[in-house]
Amino acid sequence: MKKSLFSTKTIVATSLGAALFLVLFMFVKIPSPVPETNIQIAYGISAFFGALFGPICGGLIAFVGHALNDLVAYGSAWWSWIIASGVAGIFAGFAYFKLDLEKGQKPGASFFVWNLVGHAVAWLLVAPVLDIVMYGEPVNLVFVQGVTAFLINGITAAIVGGILAVAYASTRTTKGSLDKE
Amino acid sequence: MKVKLFSYNQLDTFVHRLSGVTKLICFLLLTSAVMFTYDLRVIVCVFLFSLVMVKVAQISLKQVKPMLIYVSIFLLLNFILTFIFAPGHGPELYGSRHELFSFFGNYIVTKEQLLYQFTKIMKYLSAIPLGFIFFLTTNPSEFASSLNNIKVPYKACTSLSLTLRYFPDIQKDFNDVSFAQQARGLDNSEKAPMKDRIINTTKIIIPLIFSTLDRVELITNAMDLRGYAKKPKRTWYSFRALNKEDYLSIAVSAVIFAISLFMRFVVVKSMYYNPFI
Repeated sequence: MKKSLFSTKTIVATSLGAALFLVLFMFVKIPSPVPETNIQIAYGISAFFGALFGPICGGLIAFVGHALNDLVAYGSAWWSWIIASGVAGIFAGFAYFKLDLEKGQKPGASFFVWNLVGHAVAWLLVAPVLDIVMYGEPVNLVFVQGVTAFLINGITAAIVGGILAVAYASTRTTKGSLDKE
Repeated sequence: MKVKLFSYNQLDTFVHRLSGVTKLICFLLLTSAVMFTYDLRVIVCVFLFSLVMVKVAQISLKQVKPMLIYVSIFLLLNFILTFIFAPGHGPELYGSRHELFSFFGNYIVTKEQLLYQFTKIMKYLSAIPLGFIFFLTTNPSEFASSLNNIKVPYKACTSLSLTLRYFPDIQKDFNDVSFAQQARGLDNSEKAPMKDRIINTTKIIIPLIFSTLDRVELITNAMDLRGYAKKPKRTWYSFRALNKEDYLSIAVSAVIFAISLFMRFVVVKSMYYNPFI
């Protein structure tokens, strides 16, 4: 039985997920080899919650978390990248329809594919295009930033999200795990 | 490290008295007014207006100093990167070229480029005080109820106020788990190599995820038991209707937004205002 996309549980999970995303986005910044680019572990959170509670949850977590982070850290919001984060979260959440983590199913190829596709759409298409339309940024600068963001965030989301999903799935009892002796 | 999100302090100023949703609408209108234009005159006006509002809201420099430092680093970096990647972007946008001087042969500094980069910095700077006003003077519960008042579904409103309510708790959980793991010898400071840091951080996140999921279970049960989401409507403890001051503020912001659009589409007829032709 699949849960409804708007149950109380999904609402609460979205809220707390966004808070968790925000905490990690603010305090856990691991510098990557590329200067001034941080590895954001937080994208693993939106990937995991998306796979567990659906695309709306994943998208909102990344969108709200990123927006609040920008507001608090910079006092203003960089909307093009926030929207891109949300898009990545929505795509990561599509894994929900194939994957039943609640029943102890381990994440398969579809989880990783949706994450990579989501981050590709977000950073190679949505973010650069919105940057140019909304902020008038130079074309080659935004695409260089976009490719870096895609590689770093996509891989982080897939790996961290994957580790979390495996850890969660292995705590759940699988169907038919009891044998009659 | 302590960051106070929505560290709402109760003062009796004009800005504090406004409803949360009024502040959100004004914030969005004014930031859009600068977002869709590259007209330096409009941007400077909005910037001055937002500085005045910061003064009215009695926000002190001390409250916002760390953010200002972050922003300056970000803006400086963006300034340098833009010049390195696209030294000719300004003249291209403005459609004219006035060279000033050149260095390293290829890098020619033009008036248009300087104007473009300066305008860009002003664009970001003018949005910042608005953000400060919004999140330093808004009461989260009142904000949620006033959002519901303008027909935002109440599930979305509760969700937002839950996020703001649980942010400090999860931050505390995070610190606890992080210290516990460090006591066990997991190094996630700058000294550890990048690979170890990622693995060690993930080890912090796993217990954090489980404690959060427990919390989700607990809150969900509490809300379900109290009949949450059974009726199409609900009332709010911190509800307050919009008054004259609210409508006045929205009207002023809307006028500024309209002027910005008017300047862009009627007076200048382009996104980029060029004073050099």
